[in-house]
Amino acid sequence: MTEVSPIVAPSPAAFDVQRVRGDFPALHQGVHGKPLVYLDSAATSLKPQSVIDAVADVYARDCANIHRAVHLLSQRATARFEEAREKVRAFVNAAKKTEVVFTRGTTEAINLVAHSWGRAHLREGDEVLVTELEHHSNIVPWQILCQQMGATLVVVPMTDRGEVLREAFEEQLTERTRLVAMAHVSNALGSVLPVAELIALAHERGAVVLLDGAQAMSHVDVDVQALDCDFYAFSGHKLYGPTGIGALYGKEQLLESMPPYQGGGDMIRSVSFEETIYNDLPYKFEAGTPNIAGAIGLGAAIDYFTSFDARAVHAHENAVLRYATDALESVPGLRLIGTAPGKVAAVSFLMDAAHPHDIGTIVDSEGVAIRTGHHCAQPVMEHFGIAATARASLGMYNTTDDVDALVGALQKVQELFG
Amino acid sequence: MDLRELYQEVILDHGKHPRNHRFPEPHNREGRGYNPLCGDKISLRLQLDGETITDIGFIGQGCAISQASCSTMTEAIKGKTLPEVEALFSKFHTMVTSDEGADDLDALGKLAVFAGVREFPMRVKCATLGWHTLKQALGSEGGEATTE
Repeated sequence: MTEVSPIVAPSPAAFDVQRVRGDFPALHQGVHGKPLVYLDSAATSLKPQSVIDAVADVYARDCANIHRAVHLLSQRATARFEEAREKVRAFVNAAKKTEVVFTRGTTEAINLVAHSWGRAHLREGDEVLVTELEHHSNIVPWQILCQQMGATLVVVPMTDRGEVLREAFEEQLTERTRLVAMAHVSNALGSVLPVAELIALAHERGAVVLLDGAQAMSHVDVDVQALDCDFYAFSGHKLYGPTGIGALYGKEQLLESMPPYQGGGDMIRSVSFEETIYNDLPYKFEAGTPNIAGAIGLGAAIDYFTSFDARAVHAHENAVLRYATDALESVPGLRLIGTAPGKVAAVSFLMDAAHPHDIGTIVDSEGVAIRTGHHCAQPVMEHFGIAATARASLGMYNTTDDVDALVGALQKVQELFG
Repeated sequence: MDLRELYQEVILDHGKHPRNHRFPEPHNREGRGYNPLCGDKISLRLQLDGETITDIGFIGQGCAISQASCSTMTEAIKGKTLPEVEALFSKFHTMVTSDEGADDLDALGKLAVFAGVREFPMRVKCATLGWHTLKQALGSEGGEATTE
């Protein structure tokens, strides 16, 4: 018998957070004379050098419009743009590249579905289901749509820990529910919703499901086929990519059934004043010159992220989150907002001594960047009877040292206000 | 950047213990202010007799800067006439937004403690929320005063 050597899959690099930190130039600067501690990745993540280089290279070398000219630069730009689409497809495990529509980000992806699917399929008396913990961008487009179509927006309440429970969801799901739009991960609280279970329930009732994946992509595994979601919206800039680029995943037969979102170039096959024939998927939804460099930058961000074992990245972030949760809980007069058992990458809190806005200014003077405010989730604030929180959120480059710096800066708050 | 420049004792004190933190009776003007970015709220009521603000009070919630600014404002303008209030707001606004007002600090009295806000552009809206609410209450700005 011939000795067969075991097949070894190419193993992604072991996760070395110090090496990772070296890849992010923005981390290596001082603010107010202190080293920057960046704890605001839920607002936007920093960008690795490879993404910055990819975007610069598009403008320096392959600066051309796509899907148009026969010249070499246009061919190269088109090829790189479509490669980026393939990277997105593979990253979310969509069945087909044609199911990936580039958008400006999560917000535009949700608006695309609201305008196009919503106006074509929603009838008077229908219901659109959202949850109480949604970001405004997954509330307002549905509110506008419901007003226009005579439909009703129904809200699934969350618990005081910031969870959306199956029972509460089932209670609000009716035979009139045509669409469920919910976050995969809450931006204000970090709660992970049990989306697979909720999607199955919604499908039993014949409802279509859209997931807002803005906060999920870099923190949990996203497999749109395993989830069986009908739409998945996300932004590149929270996945270490550029701002102004994101994508909508949609099941092919749904996208086929939808009218165009915007009219213009690239989304058509032929135009006359009598009749316009629309282009195939996904171009039917991509009117006008897209964010070419952004899409290519997003592809580079996915390349960067997938050069690591995602499980190792998530385990690292979860360990830092546990450390942060324990450290913050031990700060006198500090109260955590959002204590769901399943959380990723974010911790929201209040202090007796000072308002979140004051906390934000004081920790900033210590070099620590956090977000303060209502996090575009005013119904969440309303639930807790508060106007704002301070939120520290994590990226793959954060360490327990960053948490220590935050806790140290919070002592300044106590000193000044206590 | 010296935080003590921003968070002066007077501001911390007024933030913790706002003065005139009540609705005066009687009152004949009222205004509401809201900063949509941070959720700070101010509800202001005052009694205007002729040209003079004879009583004023507010209920609010928000950061130390917004609450302390409104508190010191109510102290500063009680008993003042409308043109005097207008002149004070103008000086205050100049002080927190530019370097030009440096000579006028004496005229502002206690309000001069907000001079440090100038170094924190993100906080100017906090310091002026009460004043915008006042202008709205006096009728020169319609609807709810907002910093946006």
